[in-house]
Amino acid sequence: MSDVLVDGVLAGQRRAIARAITVVENDGPEAWTVLAALHPHTGRAHIVGVTGPPGSGKSSLVNALALHFRRDASPRTVGIIAVDPTSPFSGGAILGDRIRMRDLAGDIGIFIRSMASRGNLGGLARATADAVRVLDAAGFDLVIVETVGAGQAEVDIARTAHTTIVVEVPGLGDDVQAIKAGILEVADVFVVNKADLEGADHAVMALRMMLDLNSGGPHTVMHHGRLAELVIPGTGEEENKKTAGAWRPPILKTVATRREGVAELAEAIVTHRSYLEQSGGLALRECERAAAELETIIQQESLRSVLARTDRARLAALVDQIVRRKMDPYTAGQRLLGR
Amino acid sequence: MTDKKIRVLVAKPGLDGHDRGAKVIARALRDAGMEVIYTGIRQTPEMIAEAALQEDVDVVGMSILSGAHMALFPRVMDLLRENGLDDVLVVVGGIIPDEDVPILREMGIKGVFGPGTPTDAIVDFVRENVQ
Repeated sequence: MSDVLVDGVLAGQRRAIARAITVVENDGPEAWTVLAALHPHTGRAHIVGVTGPPGSGKSSLVNALALHFRRDASPRTVGIIAVDPTSPFSGGAILGDRIRMRDLAGDIGIFIRSMASRGNLGGLARATADAVRVLDAAGFDLVIVETVGAGQAEVDIARTAHTTIVVEVPGLGDDVQAIKAGILEVADVFVVNKADLEGADHAVMALRMMLDLNSGGPHTVMHHGRLAELVIPGTGEEENKKTAGAWRPPILKTVATRREGVAELAEAIVTHRSYLEQSGGLALRECERAAAELETIIQQESLRSVLARTDRARLAALVDQIVRRKMDPYTAGQRLLGR
Repeated sequence: MTDKKIRVLVAKPGLDGHDRGAKVIARALRDAGMEVIYTGIRQTPEMIAEAALQEDVDVVGMSILSGAHMALFPRVMDLLRENGLDDVLVVVGGIIPDEDVPILREMGIKGVFGPGTPTDAIVDFVRENVQ
C-alpha cells in the first residue's frame, strides 16, 4: 500500500499526492513509512510562506502569484497548501481558501490542498511541513504555504518556508505596531496589499521606519531549542551576521485582485532565493529546520512512549497529588520518566 | 494512533447564486467536527471533481436551486468516476422534484435532501454512510 502510494507521488500522480497528504495529516506508522521513503526526493522545491492578518488578501495574493508563475514567468509548477483554523470547540473547520483561487482551476501544473490547523497554534497545522514535503517530492518547483490569519506571534511559517511574505493592509494600527516583536520580524518580503485604499503609503512608511531601526542582526529564525545550540554551525554571533544578516526585506505594494504589483513580488521571491543560495543562508535555514523538527519528534515520541508504559490510574494519581499540592509537577514528571 | 477527520467538499455547481443553504450545511458539518472545504458559487463540474480529488474528500455535497441539477449532477458523477473517486459519498440538496430523485439515486447519489431537512439528519446521514 505505502509503496504504491510513494511511487505514485514520485511519478506526480495527483490522486496519489492527495492520498499521501491525507496519510501524513492523519499521522501514525503509515505516515512515517511514506515520509521516510519520500525524504531522499525532497529539498528541490522553493518554499514560499504567505502570512498576515485575516482578510488581508492572502488567498487572493497566492492566486495571483500562482497565475503569474504559470503564465508570465518561466514555466513552473506550483503546489499550494492553504491552512485555516480548526474550531477549538467542535474540532471541525471551514476551509475557504479555494474560493479565492478559482482562476487556478483546470491547470494540471497546479495542486491546491486545504488543511485545518487541528489545534496547532503557530499558524500552521502539525502536518503542514510534511504535506509540503509530499508536494516537493512530487516535483513541484514552487510550494506556496498560506497560514491561518495570523496576528503577531504565529511565526511557525518562517521555519517551514525559504521565503516568508508578510502581508499587511492599510489602516491596521500606528507605528508602534510596526516595532513590536514577532510576525513582522520574520518577513523576507513585505507586501502592503489593497494598496488602492487610503493609508497605503503610511503603512509602507511605518514598515520602512521599522526596517531602518534594525541593526542588521541575524535573520534566520531560531527556535531557541536545546538541540539548535548543540548542532547548528555558526550559531555564534559573528558568523551568523556574516552569513545571513545582509538581506533587507523589500516593501511592495499590491492590489492582488487586479494583479497589480504581483510581477514585482514574484521577482522579489526569485531574488531572495538567489540571495539565500549565495549567502549560505539556505544551508543555515535547512540546518535550523532539521534541528527544530528533530527536537519536535523527540518530544512527541518521548511523550508517546511514557504514556504507553504508564497506566491511567498512576497518571490520575499523580495529577491528583499535584492538584492537592502534595507533589510538584517537576517531581511528577521525573517519576514518570523513571528517575 | 491516527487523527482521522471526515472531509467534506461543499460546492454550488451552475449559475444560481443562492448559497445560503450551502453555507448553513457547511456550518452544521463543521459543528459536527468535520472539515469542510467550501468552494463557493458558480463551480463547473470540472472544478468540483478536481477539488474533490486534490482535497481527498470523503464526501461531496452539492446544492442547486436553479433546476439545472439533471444537467450538472450526472456530469459531476462521470468526472468523479473518471478520476477514480468512486468511493466518495455524494449528497445533494436544493430544489429537486420528487420524480428526479430515483434517477439521481440510480446515478450513485446516495442522499437527496430537500428544503426543510433538519441539519442533524444530514450530519447523521453523512456519518453513517462515509466509508
